[in-house]
Amino acid sequence: MNAVLIGVALTLVAAAGAVVALTGRPGRQAVTLSAYGLLLALLFLVLQAPDVALSQIAVGTVVVPLMVLLAVRRIRRGRR
Amino acid sequence: MTRTVRLVVFGLGGAALAVLFALALLRMPPFGTADHPYRDLAVAAAAAHQTGNAVSSVNFDVRGLDTLGEEIILLGSVVGAATLLRPARDESERREPRGGRVLDSTALLCWVLLAVTTLIGIDVVVHGHLTPGGGFQGGVVLATGLHLLYLAGSYPALRRLRPLSWYQWGEGVGAAGFAAIGVAGTVAGGAYLANVLPLGTLGHIASAGTVPLLSLAVGVAVTCGTVVLLAQFLTQELRITRRE
Amino acid sequence: MHGYAYVVAGWLVLVGALGIVRSRHLVHAIVSLSVVQSGTYVFLLAVGYQWNVPAPIFTSRSAVTRAVVDPVVQAMTLTDIVVSAMVTALLLALAVQIEKTHGTVDPDRLRALRG
Repeated sequence: MNAVLIGVALTLVAAAGAVVALTGRPGRQAVTLSAYGLLLALLFLVLQAPDVALSQIAVGTVVVPLMVLLAVRRIRRGRR
Repeated sequence: MTRTVRLVVFGLGGAALAVLFALALLRMPPFGTADHPYRDLAVAAAAAHQTGNAVSSVNFDVRGLDTLGEEIILLGSVVGAATLLRPARDESERREPRGGRVLDSTALLCWVLLAVTTLIGIDVVVHGHLTPGGGFQGGVVLATGLHLLYLAGSYPALRRLRPLSWYQWGEGVGAAGFAAIGVAGTVAGGAYLANVLPLGTLGHIASAGTVPLLSLAVGVAVTCGTVVLLAQFLTQELRITRRE
Repeated sequence: MHGYAYVVAGWLVLVGALGIVRSRHLVHAIVSLSVVQSGTYVFLLAVGYQWNVPAPIFTSRSAVTRAVVDPVVQAMTLTDIVVSAMVTALLLALAVQIEKTHGTVDPDRLRALRG
């Protein structure tokens, strides 16, 4: 049971990581990065690391994508 | 270097790295092994200092000096980003940011959520030595919760609740508090960051000696640091006039 | 299942690096770098995992004798996540600043400007 959960979570993370890295437009990347962060947090929960999962949810799904989004919007506005 | 050349170079380097990594994996202990010597030592150390959450014990007791280093990285990065994102001379800050109207129910929901996240954040910080969490996780939750006010469409309210200079001070006070607790350890226990306070009983709120105090110092520093950091990016996005 | 977690960690590092190599936008490169670093989280936690044992959190003294997942690598991963977030923040601030001074964030065009 654990092996199946970990296997599924790892596969999802591997796929989502590729999607984030290969998403061409940085604006859309903020969204995929947030989803990727959530999947990582799920993987950490399955790996019995609740401390790390909590930190990953707060940082990886909210704070970092928000900073990326704000930076992208600032840069896009400057270039216009 | 053209893009094609760069991709070819990456292909070669990546393939070589993959081969070396695969060779290294062959000598790794299997995934999920029962043999974890560091785990055994860390759990014994956590139990000796009455710390329920062994991860917090590692972070704030056994590896306290590393966490101080991490605090300084946080401080340096916040200062660096704030310096880089200062409004330049040819830019001017707008007084009133553009702001669309937000439904009253949305605004209300955000205020309620702010209260909830603040409580959760404080809970996560102060119980970091007992349950999953600690200064870092709780700090980020608190800082994120504050920015719900931005979602509530109330940037002025966010700015009122966020006198930035307080948070800049808070960041410094948190980091300095961590360092000061370390010095107190030197004075009372003979080693920097020595756990010198009464250890109490595992599972009680007053336990683990200096661990909850250090966690609190990190919580203050991280809350304030994250708020200052996000404020720089928000200011860039909302309050710097465009150069048209 | 033996080495799958390690393979995923290595995959994340490589695919993130590929993202940096193919990048046409500095922010894209920065986000890809954070994917590279997330490979190290997976690797660290995989090293410390043990089948069918709980998280390293004890509610009472008697529970301490029980086998748990390695807390050392979890603490390292926590530090890793913080450092990654701070590096990302600093790099994003640099990207904003580069756009202001050079008017572009395409790595290739930035190189042409300097040349």
